[in-house]
Amino acid sequence: MSYHPSVIGLDGLAALIEALSGDGFRVLGPTVRDDAIVYDDIAGVDDLPAGWTDEQDGGRYRLKRRDDKALFGYAVGPHAWKRFLHPPLLRLWRAEPDAAGMTLTAAAEPDERFAFFGVRSCELHAIAIQDKVFLQGPYVDPHYKARREGVFLVAVNCGTAGGTCFCASMNTGPKATAGFDLALTEFPGEFLVEPGSDAGAALLARLPQRAATAADIERARAVSERTAASMGRHMQADGVHDLLLDNLEHKRWDDVAARCLSCGNCTQVCPTCFCTAVSDVNDLSGATERTRRWDSCFSVDFSYIHGGSVRPSPRSRYRQWMTHKLASWEDQFGTSGCVGCGRCITWCPVGIDITEEVRAIRGE
Amino acid sequence: MVPVPFRIAKVIREIPGVYTWHLKSLDGKPFVYRPGQFNMVYQFGVGEIPVSISGDCREPDTLVHTIRAVGPVTNAMQQLRAGAVVGIRGPFGRPWPIDEVVGSDLIFVTSTIGLAPLRGLIHEVLHRREDFGKVVVCYGTRGIDDIMYEADLHRWRARFDMHVHLTVHSAPSGYRGRVGGVVAAIRAAQVDWPSAQAFVCRSETLTRQAVDTLAGLGVTKDRVWVTLERNMQCAIGLCGHCQIGPTFVCKDGPVYRYDQIEPLYSVREF
Amino acid sequence: MVHIVDLEETLAHHPFAQGMDPEALRTITGCASNAVYHPGEYIFRDGDPADNFYLIRHGLVALEIHVPQGPPIVVETLEAGDIFGWSWLLPPYRWSNDARASDQVRLLKLDGACLRGKMENDRSLGYEIYKRFVPIMARRLAGNRMRIVELATEPAVHSRQKG
Repeated sequence: MSYHPSVIGLDGLAALIEALSGDGFRVLGPTVRDDAIVYDDIAGVDDLPAGWTDEQDGGRYRLKRRDDKALFGYAVGPHAWKRFLHPPLLRLWRAEPDAAGMTLTAAAEPDERFAFFGVRSCELHAIAIQDKVFLQGPYVDPHYKARREGVFLVAVNCGTAGGTCFCASMNTGPKATAGFDLALTEFPGEFLVEPGSDAGAALLARLPQRAATAADIERARAVSERTAASMGRHMQADGVHDLLLDNLEHKRWDDVAARCLSCGNCTQVCPTCFCTAVSDVNDLSGATERTRRWDSCFSVDFSYIHGGSVRPSPRSRYRQWMTHKLASWEDQFGTSGCVGCGRCITWCPVGIDITEEVRAIRGE
Repeated sequence: MVPVPFRIAKVIREIPGVYTWHLKSLDGKPFVYRPGQFNMVYQFGVGEIPVSISGDCREPDTLVHTIRAVGPVTNAMQQLRAGAVVGIRGPFGRPWPIDEVVGSDLIFVTSTIGLAPLRGLIHEVLHRREDFGKVVVCYGTRGIDDIMYEADLHRWRARFDMHVHLTVHSAPSGYRGRVGGVVAAIRAAQVDWPSAQAFVCRSETLTRQAVDTLAGLGVTKDRVWVTLERNMQCAIGLCGHCQIGPTFVCKDGPVYRYDQIEPLYSVREF
Repeated sequence: MVHIVDLEETLAHHPFAQGMDPEALRTITGCASNAVYHPGEYIFRDGDPADNFYLIRHGLVALEIHVPQGPPIVVETLEAGDIFGWSWLLPPYRWSNDARASDQVRLLKLDGACLRGKMENDRSLGYEIYKRFVPIMARRLAGNRMRIVELATEPAVHSRQKG
């Protein structure tokens, strides 16, 4: 069914957060902490980064004041929503020795429901990609499933492209097209709200609003168009699957390996990277607890089999990450693993730029 | 994905550093699997490792694992005695394609502990002996003291309906058997090469050598079944460690038809 | 004469002589004789003059290397269809290992000293011989490299490895 957009003011936005909270959601949204915009619990509009923007480039992220009071006048920060759906650290189970040998108890899943407030289009695509990985294969990740079910998604159509953004060339933004309950487009002091689901439409109906006019809709379209035109980066994604897999011995891998520190930052900030490792911790009572944490294909141990690592060189590890993200991901899950959010470029301490690496392998 | 407790009913010291466990589930439930699949075996408080299942799948009350002590976990497991309890998750992975090779001569090519993932398949082939043509096992070890499952090999060798070609890398003078690489044992096999199906369980470099040898004799690469080994942790394709290019060894493998993964063998550090 | 015809036929059926020029085959037959060894018997020993090579018709031949602290080590066995012995092609024409019959062995023994002279005078015969030896030598070399890989990567069962 089709839904009708409305326009809400700041009071409407406050009412939205309040309604979600009142409906039992744990509302998470952007907020300023440690000189960055991160995702955390928000209680109201006051927690949002009003009047802030960010300056992003390879290896560079700075918050700056805007001339206005825009609430969403920045691009994505170091956090991705995966930290809530696919937590960085997760208890899996506990084993206690007993007369029978041992008793294992699986950790309980949280019973809270999340509302993600301020999800960008690239992030909606990232969530859809992780849905494929964790929910749509032969095996389902029960932890992801427990967190993902019932999430309420409030998207924001970006009004500002970051210096490392390239969603326009990945066809993942900047305008949210699917996978949300409500999508906002920010105008000074008010927002166009488009429902994307029955739940979204029902919630919107409870907010103070006015019907959107053709002019409002045109204005929102112009916002997205302007953002699309001001992307900080561009990636020619056509044929990148074959390009990379046909060039596994390209000399550029040596070049990038000479710069790459193998720190794994790119994998931690990437909204689609999903690799994890488990570790067991024994306590003094004799019990063992297994935890799962994010892992990174940049660590030497990642590919360890008896006798040694399969990918001992930074060259092979960078190649693994990039070919997985842009090529083998398609073979595995029928989609690219890259959404063009630019986080891996911004948060790389030496500013390695995936779009530039693709260009170099193309020979441009 | 919580491990299920199993008790070690019996420990067999196969050769130094290699041991076989016979396991019984604490709840008495049979463990149903197909040859070629693997389990994640967990020692309480120590760690978890992937191990192929080596038993006879028609005896689901006993789960059989053969383990080589090569790392901290497998060395710790070597200290366990009958009566100890370990955790099992599984079975995982794609099994050997036994139904796809009905009617053909079968040749098994492996060495030392590589016999462990093939043993269950050979048992099943012998249960269904009339479904197949000739059955030849080519097995190589370092020396005459490193021969695993020796009782099985003697039993198999004594049968009139299969051949066992054993080879060792070196032996003391006076040894009457074959000495050399497994390749020599392959060449000695008498099967219908243009239609035979081969099962190769060796490390990657040696798999390629075996495949080349088989190809030279007329076994096309779509009739060669191999296993791949990678770091497997979750065993359900979600943790990412066992990827090689497009494939997750834990869920798409560990058994592959060689021609479908041949390119992966030639890329270094992939 | 009957004896020679038998030998020529036997030789012609051995994989070594497959597709050989008839004239070369006749020349080689002139240098061939039958030999039988019993289990444990030495065919040649390390250091002895290498004036022959052998085609195996039946049985298993062990190539052995002597070590001072124990019995000799069998490093390879060869069987029907294989040939062995190439030291006769290379100065100083001495064997670099022992060859011993593992069981009852029937061989065709080729007089390498005689062939060396003929090959020197008839280069096309030399080419025929080398064309047959080189692939076998290459195959054994490649096979042994793989054996080194296997021995180096397969953990020795009696020592514990890191990992």
